[in-house]
Amino acid sequence: MANATDVAETNAPARKLPVEANIFLVLIGIAVFFEILGWIVKGDTFLFNPQRLLIMVLQVSIIGLLAIGVTQVIITGGIDLSSGSVLALSAMVAASFAQTSDYTRAVFPMFTDMPFLVPVLAGIAVGALAGFINGSLIAYTAIPPFIATLGMMVTARGLARYYTKGQPISLLSEEYMWLGSGTIPVIIFLMAAFIFHIALRFTRYGKFTYATGANVQAAKVSGINVGRHLIKVYTLAGLLAGLGGVVAAARAGSGQAGMGLAYELDAIAAAVIGGTSLAGGVGRITGTVIGTIILGTMMSGFTFLGIDAYIQDIVKGGIIVAAVVADQYRQRKRAKV
Amino acid sequence: MSLSTQEAVRENKGAAAPQKYLLEVDSVRKEFPGVVALDDVNLRIRPGTVHALMGENGAGKSTLMKIIAGIYQPDRGEVRLSGKQVHMTTPLDALEQGVAMIHQELNLMPFMTIAENIWIRREPLTKLGFVDHKALRDNTKKLFDRLNINLDPETEVRDLSIANRQMVEIAKAISYESDVLIMDEPTSALTDREVEHLFQIIASLKAEGKGIVYITHKMDEVFEIADDVSVFRDGKYIGTDLASNLDSDQLIRMMVGREITQMFPKEEVPIGDVVLSVKDLCLDGVFENVNFDLRAGEILGVAGLVGSGRTNVAETIYGVTPATGGSISVFGETVEIKTPAEAMGHGMALLTEDRKDTGLFMMLDIQENMQIALLSQDHVKAGFVAESAVSKLCTEMSEALRVKTPGMNERIENLSGGNQQKVLIGRWLLTKPRILILDEPTRGIDVGAKAEIHKLITKLAGEGVAVLMISSEMPEVLGMSDRVMVMHEGHVTGILDRAEADQVSVMRLASN
Ligand SMILES: Nc1ncnc2c1ncn2[C@@H]1O[C@H](COP(=O)(O)OP(=O)(O)OP(=O)(O)O)[C@@H](O)[C@H]1O
Ligand SMILES: [Mg+2]
Repeated sequence: MANATDVAETNAPARKLPVEANIFLVLIGIAVFFEILGWIVKGDTFLFNPQRLLIMVLQVSIIGLLAIGVTQVIITGGIDLSSGSVLALSAMVAASFAQTSDYTRAVFPMFTDMPFLVPVLAGIAVGALAGFINGSLIAYTAIPPFIATLGMMVTARGLARYYTKGQPISLLSEEYMWLGSGTIPVIIFLMAAFIFHIALRFTRYGKFTYATGANVQAAKVSGINVGRHLIKVYTLAGLLAGLGGVVAAARAGSGQAGMGLAYELDAIAAAVIGGTSLAGGVGRITGTVIGTIILGTMMSGFTFLGIDAYIQDIVKGGIIVAAVVADQYRQRKRAKV
Repeated sequence: MSLSTQEAVRENKGAAAPQKYLLEVDSVRKEFPGVVALDDVNLRIRPGTVHALMGENGAGKSTLMKIIAGIYQPDRGEVRLSGKQVHMTTPLDALEQGVAMIHQELNLMPFMTIAENIWIRREPLTKLGFVDHKALRDNTKKLFDRLNINLDPETEVRDLSIANRQMVEIAKAISYESDVLIMDEPTSALTDREVEHLFQIIASLKAEGKGIVYITHKMDEVFEIADDVSVFRDGKYIGTDLASNLDSDQLIRMMVGREITQMFPKEEVPIGDVVLSVKDLCLDGVFENVNFDLRAGEILGVAGLVGSGRTNVAETIYGVTPATGGSISVFGETVEIKTPAEAMGHGMALLTEDRKDTGLFMMLDIQENMQIALLSQDHVKAGFVAESAVSKLCTEMSEALRVKTPGMNERIENLSGGNQQKVLIGRWLLTKPRILILDEPTRGIDVGAKAEIHKLITKLAGEGVAVLMISSEMPEVLGMSDRVMVMHEGHVTGILDRAEADQVSVMRLASN
């Protein structure tokens, strides 16, 4: 007779749950873990504290915006290393158009007290432009996404510093800073997630994105203009990074060239933890949102328990690797059934 | 059936009977979510024989072979090698125990050389532990000499034609020197010449006492090389017999459980105006001065050996590899086609030769695979896909093509090879092309479905679609075409009318 464990394994539940269900369980697991530790170590609840729950999501909202973009890029089979730097550049540009005239040393003294939309659109446009350049390089030269976006990562950070010779840009208008206040970043993050979830699931843009990542050659033969499509995807990813910069500057009350340092890695981690496959063709925004919240929960949890920041990084690294291993495992299992 | 091999099977059930079979499969069952792929099937392979395994698309042939080769685990039942029960949990296991398999889809690494591909994980090493490239080359040479294969071991696989890749796969499987060799549709990408070559190889393996399991949908092959034939239908074992006891009608009846009417239902349809006109088309270093006209309602067959440039011509017309010379006109207008998207804009569709490389989106489901070309044309409003309309079209198409699957959101990866091919055919039919280019359209498709697809092509021609059909299957080309264009080493060596085209005249032009 066939050996028993194999039988059990291959006869597992007939209909599989979506990948998100597993990730959601991981999130619950992590939360419960901190809850229990909380009672043991501090005699206090971790979860039943609305303030903390808000912060948990708030502190990763900006990373979440980047993650929504990078998820789409990864689905096409690419990668975007530039989002953190593009965020910084956009934050600088947005902030420079959001200063009040009270400030005598404004970046653009003639552009102070601008309506709130001006800095917002400027920041987003800069991000989209950076993404457009990424996409064009990838589509029309043979440069792989890793290199093209690595170049942009260095360049955009350089530009962000060069913009004011490293000086922060402060004294921003009240109106503009409203974008970073209270739950607004969370709302922006969730709205962006909703929009792109719909876009990936129900629009032609989404179908083409998956097809491109699943098999570029087949996508071309099926009539998809792959180059143009990649430009769209990278531009949108840049746009989201730009939006991230706008929110980051509003939240900090200033634009700083060092903003968003290494955020691109957290964004990629959130996507991968959320089930996006680095091999392309697979991934969902819902998974990425859960992946982002997992990162937030861990940060809050460690802070709550008073664990050292270095250890946080060590554990975070471990979790990212575990997520990729899980992805590999899923792929192999798929291949074998 | 009460036939000789089955009697032999029964005899063997006696406890002390001498071991007679290389491979025995007993009541194996395998379920996938929503599908019973194998339902208590049996198989007995005698040493020194070729055992053909036949059945419709989705009958479970590949699944059983994957179980024998250690890729899937059976839910129930047992597999015995030379009388000993075995549990193979990985392909490596199976190889070590003497079972090698040539898969239905190609599995070579494109950026590695032929030699590296063949000896992967078994590379000869130098004393220092580095790969011994000289030994690697020599071993490959030796193997190729024995098999009469004329390829340079140092060539990178991506530079090989599909047929040559298949020959490399065959050589690789043989290099394991296993007792049981499984060949899952090895000839679906080969032309007659390589098929002949493969048969010689098989004959010598037989002489060495190996057992060969041979899966194919081509009847003539079965009668040419098989000793025993087993038939599966819908995951069930139907029976085994000596090939010499069967004829093709009996075999088809066993496979499909009904009569198949006509294999190549050629109908005379009115031939219209020239739709596609190709003049002096060139692709540097690949083919030269290709000229032909294709008319509405016409089926122009393209025959030729591997490497004759047939596929390249199709890909060039369709804009995959833009031409370096000559001109193409569509509906009387000279056009420049640089991308497939432009070709589609002119009403073209191309079913490509290699479904895994340039056809399928493995991670996506059936509907996503089928609808993709349609979406660049229609059924999108303000960016949103008209989901219900598209889903209805896809469902109808897959019913018309009889795709065997539990549902439209099944991953295409989980479909049998022939059913994947049907989905790809559906993809292009949905776009309602005016010019349909088919490269090996019935590759891996079973007899019943093949007749259906031929009927469908004929019907499309009747509706005025111009069809360019590349095929390595002589009966298909001869049976379906109004005219046959023959290519040899990048040149068109002749275009024959239906009346003058036969096996001999086509072969003469093809080998020149
Ligand atoms: N990994 C899998 N997951 C789910 N279903 C599967 C899987 N592999 C095969 N099947 C299903 O099992 C059935 C048998 O498939 P199999 O590939 O063995 O057919 P086959 O006889 O080789 O057909 P073909 O002639 O088309 O190659 C099919 O219905 C197929 O959809
Ligand atoms: Mg098969």
